[in-house]
Amino acid sequence: MAAAEKQPVTITWAGPLNGAMGGLLTWIDQRFPLMDLWYSHLAKYHAPKNFNFWYYFGSLALFVLVLQIVTGIFLTMNYKPDAAQAFASVEYIMREVPWGWWIRYMHSTGASFFFICVYLHMFRGLLYGSYRKPRELLWIVGMLIFLCLMAEAFFGYLLPWGQMSYWGAQVIVNLFGAIPFIGPDLAIWIRGDYVVSDATLNRFFAFHVIAVPLVLLALVGAHLLALHEVGSNNPDGVEIKNAKDPKTGIPLDSVPFHPYYTVKDTFGVAVFLIIFSIVVFFAPEMGGYFLEANNFIAADPLKTPLHIAPVWYFTPYYSILRAITENFMWVLAAGVIAMAILIVWSVKNLRVRFAIGVLALLLLWGCYYFEPKVWGVVLMGVSVMIFFFLPWLDRSPVKSIRYKGPITRIALALFLIAFFVLGYLGTQAVTSGRTLAAQIGTAVYFLFFFLMPWWSKMDKCKPEPRRVTGK
Amino acid sequence: MRALVLLFVLAAPLAFAAEDSVRLDAAPIDPRDVASLQAGARTFVNYCLNCHAAGMMRYHKLLEIGLTEQQIKDNLLFTADKVGELMNVALTRREAKEWLGTVPPDLSVIARARGPDWLYTYLRSFYRDRESATGWNNMVYDRVAMPHVLWTLSGQQVQVERKFKSMEQAEGIARQQKNAWKIDVLTPEQAGKDAERFVLKTIRTETPGSLSQLEYDLLVRDLVNFMTWMSEPNQLERKQAGYVVLLVLLVLLVLAYLLYKELWKDVH
Repeated sequence: MAAAEKQPVTITWAGPLNGAMGGLLTWIDQRFPLMDLWYSHLAKYHAPKNFNFWYYFGSLALFVLVLQIVTGIFLTMNYKPDAAQAFASVEYIMREVPWGWWIRYMHSTGASFFFICVYLHMFRGLLYGSYRKPRELLWIVGMLIFLCLMAEAFFGYLLPWGQMSYWGAQVIVNLFGAIPFIGPDLAIWIRGDYVVSDATLNRFFAFHVIAVPLVLLALVGAHLLALHEVGSNNPDGVEIKNAKDPKTGIPLDSVPFHPYYTVKDTFGVAVFLIIFSIVVFFAPEMGGYFLEANNFIAADPLKTPLHIAPVWYFTPYYSILRAITENFMWVLAAGVIAMAILIVWSVKNLRVRFAIGVLALLLLWGCYYFEPKVWGVVLMGVSVMIFFFLPWLDRSPVKSIRYKGPITRIALALFLIAFFVLGYLGTQAVTSGRTLAAQIGTAVYFLFFFLMPWWSKMDKCKPEPRRVTGK
Repeated sequence: MRALVLLFVLAAPLAFAAEDSVRLDAAPIDPRDVASLQAGARTFVNYCLNCHAAGMMRYHKLLEIGLTEQQIKDNLLFTADKVGELMNVALTRREAKEWLGTVPPDLSVIARARGPDWLYTYLRSFYRDRESATGWNNMVYDRVAMPHVLWTLSGQQVQVERKFKSMEQAEGIARQQKNAWKIDVLTPEQAGKDAERFVLKTIRTETPGSLSQLEYDLLVRDLVNFMTWMSEPNQLERKQAGYVVLLVLLVLLVLAYLLYKELWKDVH
């Protein structure tokens, strides 16, 4: 429909201003698809009516994103991205900028809460199969957001220029140095120097305040567009589009997102803000988990802290990195052989069998040829990237955990325990006992994903209902 | 869900292992105790602020612990000319390296890095050690570069070692100590067969200082109280603001809940 032919907008809520407001909206609408956007994404976006607790975290993550951007803008006004001044400028914000401590604590606490929301949002996807057809792309865009968020957190963590900032960045950049052949040069290219220095701080600042946020915002936009194209999943994992009102074509088990979910999510935001504020005002360090004690010592390139640990949201992957030791390599090799046999046994296609055989031999050669450190980096990367493949690893006939059988429940519980145990171990110094625990955790973590095509198919599922079951 | 909880309980022991370090005394500090903060500020300026700077702290922040501008000028302003200045010291990095072997760390936020308990224990744990360059060592920070600056007040301490056959015995005696203690465990090879492997290390005052132990503990308490306050001068304001914000949010919560319930009452 051409813009000029659009119907005048009538509104009911403006009272005496109705005529004027309606006129203004009509004027805009003939030049910009304002009402179309409003209807297609809010007032006439029909969401399942049975969202539960787990469905708060998408909108909450969006809320925290806005919070981080707004507080970040104010921090940028006073922060100095300069190795000689950065640490003191943060304290300047904390002490002398009016309400600066509040802005800074909201930003530092917001970082952790962003990950809490996103992890819970992702776990919701695992529970109810939100990544399954037709939502594969939605899931992939979500995973890209997660990667961006990790990059954003990593770059931002250097900025306070404390000991943990400095040595954390040093450790992570050195990981790139472990890449065979190009690694050492790559690490120098990333740092812009032979050690983490002023040059590194400046470029990390640029990435943190503009480059990554731009990508993040674009991806969040794409995530919402993809969501509104395919429609939301729900705790029952059945498509609400299968039961539509014959006259209106609106799914029977849906409510318009606005006002139903805007109001419900406002309640969610209120609860969130209360929990968030308790941390911001009464425990901003959160016992060293949100703000680490060592980061109140200015960065010193000559003093390596005894114990370097990333912030809690990275610790599961950090544990996996540290778990890959010399004596764990035979477990890896055995895993490669077992996976190859399993795939060859399950797949009839000869070409696939041949390719798997070659890949397994290559990996075995690699286990022998490259240091365990290289494999630690590889497996850490895989532990994050593997989430991308969930839509194709899960071969269960049903989506939601409500209709899945005992195998899925046990597998998911084991995965969750492995994730938490790895997360805890990543905050602790290494001992031989802890390394063993981390190795067991790593094995469970990867078995969950690598064996999913088999256990998800074997599981005895209950039949899905035809329509959603209410709460 | 029940299976999940059970699995968590079973997995828990995997994650824990033994830790060892010096037992820290809990610092009996109170950032609302203005008299204590003022006393601590005096000790800080007189004893610490000669080598250590507090370069992110301005003198005029001391107005917030009840001092007047004149009091600050008359009693505390040795290293600067104006109360608006930062608590810096004349000692340069180069001189510090030459004279002390290391640069004394800035103390503005040291209480957030080390924690008040650590500071409180550390400042009460110096002892005489012939083998160190300064003649002092510390229970909490072995081979520390800083000499015991407060020794005229605390007197001079020496380290005492007592050996025990079991950890329980050693800990039993240790719990009666007022100062820091640690227990080193020797390997059987180090100690010899059937020997007493558990070495309890404590300190004992050999020459008394100008203060009694109780008075000295109080002085350190005030100093640590001040340093903890200085590490985040807005901490009281932060908590006060927190109560107001929570009150407003509770109103928002109730309104949002009522609106939600009203709107959703017809959705089944």
